[in-house]
Order: sequence, then C-alpha cells, then structure tokens
Amino acid sequence: MEQRTELIKTVDLHKSFGKLQVLKGVSETIHAGEVVSVIGPSGGGKSTFLRCLNMLETPEQGQIFFEGVEITGRKVDIDLHRQKMGMVFQHFNVFPHLSVKKNITLAPILVKGMSEAEANKKAMELLERVGLADKAEVMPGKLSGGQKQRLAIVRALAMEPDVMLFDEPTSALDPEMVGEVLEVIKGLVETGMTSVIVTHEMGFAREVSDRVLFMAEGVIMESGAPEELFSAPKNPRLQDFLAKVL
Amino acid sequence: MDLSQIGPNIVKLWQQYWQVFLLEGVMNTLKLTAIAVFFGVLLGTLVAMAKMCRFKVVRFFIGVYIEVIRGTPILLQLYIFYFVLPELLPFLALSPFMWVALALCINSSAYVSEVIRAGIQAVDKGQTEAARSLGLSGRQTMLRIVLPQAVRNILPALGNEFIMMLKETSLASTFFLGDLMTSYLLVGGATYLRFEALIIAGVIYLCLTFPLSKVVAAFERRMARGTAD
Repeated sequence: MEQRTELIKTVDLHKSFGKLQVLKGVSETIHAGEVVSVIGPSGGGKSTFLRCLNMLETPEQGQIFFEGVEITGRKVDIDLHRQKMGMVFQHFNVFPHLSVKKNITLAPILVKGMSEAEANKKAMELLERVGLADKAEVMPGKLSGGQKQRLAIVRALAMEPDVMLFDEPTSALDPEMVGEVLEVIKGLVETGMTSVIVTHEMGFAREVSDRVLFMAEGVIMESGAPEELFSAPKNPRLQDFLAKVL
Repeated sequence: MDLSQIGPNIVKLWQQYWQVFLLEGVMNTLKLTAIAVFFGVLLGTLVAMAKMCRFKVVRFFIGVYIEVIRGTPILLQLYIFYFVLPELLPFLALSPFMWVALALCINSSAYVSEVIRAGIQAVDKGQTEAARSLGLSGRQTMLRIVLPQAVRNILPALGNEFIMMLKETSLASTFFLGDLMTSYLLVGGATYLRFEALIIAGVIYLCLTFPLSKVVAAFERRMARGTAD
C-alpha cells in the first residue's frame, strides 16, 4: 500500500450535550487526498463528529490531531488551524450584510492579510468556477438556496484549505437545487481536495467517496470502500439503515 | 367648568405663555432625554458586554443591577438620586438637574443593555460558526460579522427607548426641574387654567413623539428588508 499522510486523526472522542452522550469514543484517520463520506441515522453523531474536527464542538475526552498538531491541546491557537479547514454548513451561513464578493474576500484579507486587489481577483476566479460571476456585487439575500451554498463553498475555498468539511450541504435545499451543489462538490473532490462529507445523499456518497463511514449511536459502526459498504454491509445496524434509505 | 371657554382659553394661554412651554419646557425635556439616552446607551453597552462576559461573578452582579433597576419604579430611583445620593456623595457637587439626568441615564442603561444583548443574541449562531471556521478570531467575528447584523435589531429598539425616555422625563417635574411638565405646573398654577395647560403640554408631547415613532417604524421596515433572505 502506498505511503499516505495522515491529515486528521481523532483518538477516542467523547462528547455529550447535557446528559445526552453523542460521541462515545470515535477514533478515525483521514488521509491527505482522501474523500470520506459519513452516513448514518439522525442523532447518530455524524455532524458532531465533523464539527469536532475543526473544534466548533469541544470534545470532553479524546484527542484530535491536524497535520500532526494536537488541536485539542490547551495552548493551541485554533484560529490558525481553522484557516486550513474549510467548512460548509447545512444552512449555508453566508453573511447577509456583505455582498457576494465581500463574503469571499473577508477572511483572506482579514486573516491572511491578502491585498484587496488580489483577494478580489481570486474571488472572481472562484465565482467564475461556480457560475456566480454575474452575482459578485449582489447581496446574498437575492440568491437562491443553491446559489448561497455554492457561494459558501467558494468562500471556504478562498482560504485555500487543506481539507473541506461538509455538514449535510444539501439537506436544506429544495430538491431541484441539490444537483447543482453536488456537482460543485464533485468537481472539487476530483481536483484532489481532501474532503469529509456528512450526507444523506447515498448515491452521491457512493459515487465520489474513497471511503464511507457509517455512524450510529455515537460510534463508527462500519467503515469501508463504498462498493463494499453499500453492496455487502456486515453490520446489522447498517443493513437495517440501508434497507430503509435505499 | 365652562367647556365652551376651553378653546379661547387655550389660545389665550398659548399666546401668553408659549415661551414657557417651548423655550423652557421643551428645551429642558429634550436636554434631559438626550443626556439620559446618550449616556444610557454608552453605559448600557458596557453593561451588556459585562452581562455576556465569561466571569460568572460579574454576570451575577450585573444581573442584580439590571433586575433592581427594571424591578423598581423610576420615581423611586429619582427620589434616591435626588434626596439620598447628594447627601451620601456630597463631593460630586452635581446640580439637582444633573442628579435627575444621572438617575434617568442609569435607568436607561438597564433597559438599553437588555436591548443590546437581545440584539446580539438574535444573530444566528451559524454566523459566528461560519466566521470562526474561516479562521476569524472571536473579536473579529464580533466586530465584522455579529455586531453589524445586531445593529439592525438594536437601532429601532433604541429609537423606542428614546421615545419612552422623552415621556419619562416628565417625572422631573416632581422636583420642578423646568421640563415640559414643570411648564404645565407653572402655567396651570399661575392661571388656574389647569385643563387648558395640560392640553397644551399633551399636544406638545405628541408633536415630539409622533414623528419620532414614525421615523422608527420606517427604519424598522428598512432594516427588515435588508436582512430578508
């Protein structure tokens, strides 16, 4: 097997919300260049796991290593590491008070100290790539859900991250807009971008992933190549889940 | 009371005393309101920040401050600031007018702080998460993402606070401090035309608050349009 760089590694993650234990010991490694989809029933801990990866949720037990640094450590400047991890949310979370272009240029200028001219140029390239160049000066309120999500994706890409985290990127979309967003994500993973995708789109997960994780009840119950996992599931919970969704 | 005389009496009172109502009453009312709201907003912002800070002890005491001020009558607070505090803190040497302005300002700060806090907390948590996920610091996120959106929620409410305060300054007349209600006391007392003097004062208050409330309403509509998505 070829030598692969470990990009993100989690060790025995535990996370509770009040009395509800959401993660009960998740250990997983994401390698550079890998596209990993996370599937499973709602409440199984998929989103929480993903949100732990860039510390939007703080696990109360366990460690997370990103590019060799333990980001769960006490003295870590998490802002620095988050710059290298792009995140796309279910509800887009575009900034409604900034124009489409400013949504993209804000972080590169503010965080990376990029010049405005350079940031603008880059923003236009990215908008071109997702077919939103004509919307550069528009306020996000005027965009459709699919357009907002495409904007959110390129906003994250503008920081030139090493990994992209997608938290159910199509779940809040009208059905006719799911395709355009999946298309953009597909185009992105084909460029070799390391991606972790929490999704309910089984067909998509099967098509683009190198590996699929099945999470339920706070643990990863099964992990494997998509063909294996979808065609010959071993875990009974997964068999049950697939029978319901496919 | 001869109702038929009310109209002519009002005209007579106005011609004779309009300067008392406008130059003295309205000026002092606006002065009190402006001082109270301006410093109330400044202080209220600090109070709101303290209420959201990470130290539990600070949050507790600020909570007590807000509850005490919002839970007691403003008139009681005015009495304390007018009668008690000047004796306790003689070195401050404030005029009675300024003591009352200070009381109104403290009172306003409690209400304003809740307006600001609510405005900030009404901004979707996803906005903060998106900003932080891009690598913005907590401070940058607050300044560039949360506050600009919170202002849309806060400004109209501050307009309403100004209108409320404009009416509440009438309590300063308890101490005869020259506001519009004091004008009524002066003119009504001198002429015994109390009802007519009250009508004049009331119409002037309306002339001040009605346009203001229209401005606030228009502003609210514009803000609502700006955030719709």
